[in-house]
Amino acid sequence: MKNILVARNVTKKFGNQIALNNVSLEIPRNCIYGLLGPNGAGKTTLIRIINQITYPDSGEVLFNGELLQPHHIAQIGYLPEERGLYKSMKVGEQALYLAQLKGLSKSDANQRLRYWFDKLDIGDWWNRKIQELSKGMAQKIQFIVTVLHEPKLLIFDEPFSGFDPINANIIKDEIIKLKEKGTSIIFSTHRMESVEELCEYIALLHNAEKILDGKLEDIKKRYKNNIFRVGLELENGENFLNLISDKFDITESTYDIRKKQLDFTVQLPSDDTRNFLSILSAEASINNFVETIPTANEIFIQTVQNKNAHE
Amino acid sequence: MNKLSLIIKREYLAKVRNKSFVIMTFLSPILMVAMIVLIAYLTKVNDSQKRIIAVFNESDYFSTDFNTTERTSFVFFKRISLQAAKDSTLSLGFSGLLHIPIGSDLEEVTQNSFFYSKEPPNSTLLDPLENIFEERLRQRRLIDIGVSTEEFTTINNSFEINIATFEGEQNLKGINEMKAFVGGGFGYLIMMFIIIYGGFVMRSVIEEKTSRIIEVIISSVKPFQLMLGKIIGTSLAGITQFSIWIVSASLLLFVIFLVSGIDLTGISDQSAMVSNPMSTISPMPQTTDAMQLYALEFLQIPWFLLISLFLVYFVLGYLIYSSIYAAIGAAVDNETDTQQFIFPIILPLMLAIYVGFFSVFSNPHGPIAVAFSLFPFTSPIVMLMRLPGGIGEGGVPLWQIIISIVLLIVTFVGIVWLAAKIYRVGILMYGKKPTYRELYKWLKY
Repeated sequence: MKNILVARNVTKKFGNQIALNNVSLEIPRNCIYGLLGPNGAGKTTLIRIINQITYPDSGEVLFNGELLQPHHIAQIGYLPEERGLYKSMKVGEQALYLAQLKGLSKSDANQRLRYWFDKLDIGDWWNRKIQELSKGMAQKIQFIVTVLHEPKLLIFDEPFSGFDPINANIIKDEIIKLKEKGTSIIFSTHRMESVEELCEYIALLHNAEKILDGKLEDIKKRYKNNIFRVGLELENGENFLNLISDKFDITESTYDIRKKQLDFTVQLPSDDTRNFLSILSAEASINNFVETIPTANEIFIQTVQNKNAHE
Repeated sequence: MNKLSLIIKREYLAKVRNKSFVIMTFLSPILMVAMIVLIAYLTKVNDSQKRIIAVFNESDYFSTDFNTTERTSFVFFKRISLQAAKDSTLSLGFSGLLHIPIGSDLEEVTQNSFFYSKEPPNSTLLDPLENIFEERLRQRRLIDIGVSTEEFTTINNSFEINIATFEGEQNLKGINEMKAFVGGGFGYLIMMFIIIYGGFVMRSVIEEKTSRIIEVIISSVKPFQLMLGKIIGTSLAGITQFSIWIVSASLLLFVIFLVSGIDLTGISDQSAMVSNPMSTISPMPQTTDAMQLYALEFLQIPWFLLISLFLVYFVLGYLIYSSIYAAIGAAVDNETDTQQFIFPIILPLMLAIYVGFFSVFSNPHGPIAVAFSLFPFTSPIVMLMRLPGGIGEGGVPLWQIIISIVLLIVTFVGIVWLAAKIYRVGILMYGKKPTYRELYKWLKY
């Protein structure tokens, strides 16, 4: 079975407000899947449905090929966006409690917790109370509790908010390691640039609807506009620029006379790269020639604009 | 271990390990005992104060009627002016001066009699005096309409017999009230428990919301499990606290009575009366005979029935109310927002207590008492006040108990279902305080 999770035509309404409108998703096994979209797009509602916190009005969700059932909870780890811990409870005690709620036995949970506490270098926090810890410290504990029961599917909702860059990197590395061990991971965020580098697949949600999904690579290919960033080294750069500006759509050009360096962005007609390159190589030495690939954010904005234009 | 028991255990430990809970648990019995001792002491002081009334009787009547009683003694002025009598009453600090002027006729004399006092006298002061006048007037009028002295004696005798009987009834009535008071005690206990521990449940829900741990938990367990575990765990902590209170308070009381040598039975009766503001009739038995009768009646209260039904009403009543408290906690973000929702909960509880003390005490089987003991939001309290009279003949009809329990169970299921729905939605709602209309909408989510 290829997919760890499949959502089919999931619709959820809160009163008159539609939170999810006929959303279908396929989340492949053993990959990092980005669930992207602005605030209020329906990401958290979808995640809550996967976690069986709420239930869809219509549509179905399959986990590992089976209709979602209560016992699947033990195979899912969820780090919510609104996350916290009991303030007056001790760290170790609390982690044990949460692990046992996920179905681990006490001794099992204890053993695994000690392992993770050592790994993230927080072993001496065991007997401290949460209220003595900083927000970043508490986040580490929340992360441990989320992954402790070795779920098949991990869901992180805005995982890096609240982390300082160093700890964010530690957590990012741990997530990649988990993925390498075979865990499937869903990332949900409205800050699309933050997880773009991690995700192999993405889905874009907007106004309760899925507007785009697939392999990030493919999507980017689809959305690239043949825009290139070019760096040349030549004499008389200004003349050359004038020459090619007549034929091509050139923007953001600068010429440094001292370095003889000409930089510009060019929008090429499709499949005209070869021709353009030959013109360039005849006149100048090419320092760089890079296709600018749109970011998820740009893709998102473009898709939304297209969609609005169609409506 | 299954999830519910894990939650119960955590809620219980979180509660009993809390510092303020520990302090309350061990400080309250001391405060409570101190209160009771203070009340007992004050009552004793209050009772031992004897009233002295000056009587300035210039007439030929009433010469033998003013006899010193337990509470009141009389001082007689003779052959002085009224002003001098007033002055000396005032300067001697007596409770008042009764002036009976000279007159040829009893009617005239009584019409012109006056009671002078520094402050307006209360009825306990005036009643005995008025009784003396009424008695004389009655005798006189009966003679006037032709009842002979002999006949009057028989009437008077039978009248005295009536009084005795009436006092007997009075005693019995007092016992009924004591019985209702025992039931009232149980009802009061339920109310206190609901308000205190329902509040704990609510605060605990709010804490989970504000600390944002709620979503972490309900991704592992069902919201209903969490709510139920919370209610049960908190109430177990409450039962622990109550048990410690009852045991330590009774130990302390016992020790104090032992040390101070205060009469135990006397005090308990007095404190019972003092803490019951509605009771106007003193059930104090005058003689040891009555005391025995009283104790016997007290033992005849169906304790086993009362306590088992107490448990039934307690569990059901507490679950109904605490699930409402849980729903309120889920609906709001902080405790200050809870007021508007709590008032409608407290209202039926207060109503139950007041209706209980007013209606049930005077007539345990009157229509109001019956209605409130069937209505599920008040029945746990009011029914317990009616129960010490027993079930069946002379007590609460069996059908009423069955109906009230059935209604309670139906309400329990309905309320818990509603509360669970509000709870399930509310715990994930942050931000503004919901209105009742929004709560209603949540039911349909």
